[in-house]
Amino acid sequence: MSPEFSEKTKKKIEEIVARYPQKEAAILPVLHITQQEFGSISAEEEKLVARILGIKPISVREIVTFYTMLSRESLGKYHIQVCSNLSCSLLGAGNFVDYLVEKLGIEPGETTPDKKFTLSTVECLGACERAPCMLINFNYYGEMDPKKVDEILDGLK
Amino acid sequence: MKEKVLTEHFGLENLYKIDVYKKQGGYQATEKALKKMKPEEILEEVKKANLRGRGGAGFPAGVKWSFVPDTDKPKYLCVNADEGEPGTFKDRYIMSHNPHMLLEGIIITSFCVGIHAAFIYIRGEYEAIALRLEQAISEAYENGFLGKNILESGFDLDIFVHRGAGAYICGEETALLESLEGKRGVPRLKPPFPASVGLWQCPTVINNVETISNISHIILNGAEWFVKQGLPKDGGTRIFGVSGMVKNPGIYELPLGTSLKDIIFKHAGGMKEGKKLKAVIPGGMSAPILTADEINIKMDFDSLVEANSMLGSAAIIVIDEKTSILDVLKVVTKFYSHESCGQCTPCRIGNSWINKIVKRIAEGKGKKEDIDSILRLASNIEGNTLCPLGDAAAMPILSITKKFRKELESHV
Ligand SMILES: Cc1cc2nc3c(=O)[nH]c(=O)nc-3n(C[C@H](O)[C@H](O)[C@H](O)COP(=O)(O)O)c2cc1C
Ligand code: SF4
Ligand code: FES
Repeated sequence: MSPEFSEKTKKKIEEIVARYPQKEAAILPVLHITQQEFGSISAEEEKLVARILGIKPISVREIVTFYTMLSRESLGKYHIQVCSNLSCSLLGAGNFVDYLVEKLGIEPGETTPDKKFTLSTVECLGACERAPCMLINFNYYGEMDPKKVDEILDGLK
Repeated sequence: MKEKVLTEHFGLENLYKIDVYKKQGGYQATEKALKKMKPEEILEEVKKANLRGRGGAGFPAGVKWSFVPDTDKPKYLCVNADEGEPGTFKDRYIMSHNPHMLLEGIIITSFCVGIHAAFIYIRGEYEAIALRLEQAISEAYENGFLGKNILESGFDLDIFVHRGAGAYICGEETALLESLEGKRGVPRLKPPFPASVGLWQCPTVINNVETISNISHIILNGAEWFVKQGLPKDGGTRIFGVSGMVKNPGIYELPLGTSLKDIIFKHAGGMKEGKKLKAVIPGGMSAPILTADEINIKMDFDSLVEANSMLGSAAIIVIDEKTSILDVLKVVTKFYSHESCGQCTPCRIGNSWINKIVKRIAEGKGKKEDIDSILRLASNIEGNTLCPLGDAAAMPILSITKKFRKELESHV
């Protein structure tokens, strides 16, 4: 079955589209909602978004492949994004990633078989004073060490 | 008297709520500007304040606004909240602690330039902050500071929050415009400059969050006062973000012209225990590196240009003696090769080759001529690209490779 937005989401999207003099400008906000609702933006979701904004599916694909936060593949329930930029590296981000790789049994870019965790390394997250830091979905965690990450991950259901 | 301007009330609980903000004198600047001042007077005041852009390039804000032509077309304001320059986190503090200060700046700027729609382009990862901004915006509507006929001045304004989706290049102003229009964030050729041809081909002002956040203070206290908080040609304070191997990483709001040495050793508590200073990146990753004996320097736009570096986003990254400069270079080159939009060959190919060479050296397979190849490739990027990302990559790569050549050579 092809995906559909709920009535509530459709209303929200209408509101967003109305902010811009051209419909197309709403594509990033609409794709954020799409990814949140369906977990990823595959070919089916591309068609849905294209229909709403009156553009071609290929134009949606062009956007999805340009922006790193948008994903064509489904991610784990928890997306762990570890900063690998300079301030975090200085304070041990490398070892921290190694620890996560060992703990989760996956490499950066991979998802655990139970679909619980996806691990990524990313560029500066804008929280360098809390190095080394990471995002889990949209929550920031700073000053990471193995003990802290154990506590955080073990607390996730 | 030098004082804190932007971060003064950051310690207050719930400052992000309009009631608390108003108790601290919030929205008085908006009242003053919309009820008692003419747009020309505001422009004059901002010009006299010598407020230079806090996003990186340091262009005077008032001068930029004056480039907007008089036309019947709609005009737009884009607030740059993309904050992707590695090492930078100051705008996050402003928006999460004091969103209404930013909104006031947007209202006054828009009134001054004749703008009726403003967009805050915020990096996608700052989802929680985007929500906080949206709450602040609805409070401002409820209190009559946004919407139609604001404070019965006849002036209308709407503000919208627009979330990016992970692309450093979208912080570059013309890429930001493309992205906001719903396209891939690929920079445009300049001229024309956004002030005349910007969002949807209309005149557009683009300013950084911190730049705009200074406006209400200039309106309330005057340009003369503002200049006194910093330097004659570089008014106000800067929010320095200090990270890396220091005892107390964080934000420090200080007058422009404060010494880099003092920021690191007095304000940020000095080096982490047992660490010795090796080098400092003084203005976000794109700024050329300074060695430990080059930190006796004033932190303002002109002083850093004189030292062949740049103030950029005022993000200070402190590197210690034990950190291998090759590791630093690896992170820097990986970043730019990843973030190049690919439009210009020198930037796309140059950055990816340099990164490959550096990785090869790190694997112990480096050759003697590799160091010169890095220098040659980086020089070929410099000045040969469409947007400033090319230079932003070449500058740190060249400075790191030249200043730490001996250490790099020990790896090949
Ligand atoms: C690659 C690149 C990334 C940039 N990223 C940002 C950013 O994240 N935030 C920002 O305010 N300015 C950024 N800038 C600078 C903007 O292009 C622009 O100069 C600035 O937003 C203008 O505002 P200002 O005059 O108030 O500083 C970036 C520039 C380049 C070349
Ligand atoms: S310099 Fe690099 S980032 Fe800028 S337009 Fe050219 S390829 Fe894109
Ligand atoms: S370097 Fe890791 S958050 Fe900035």
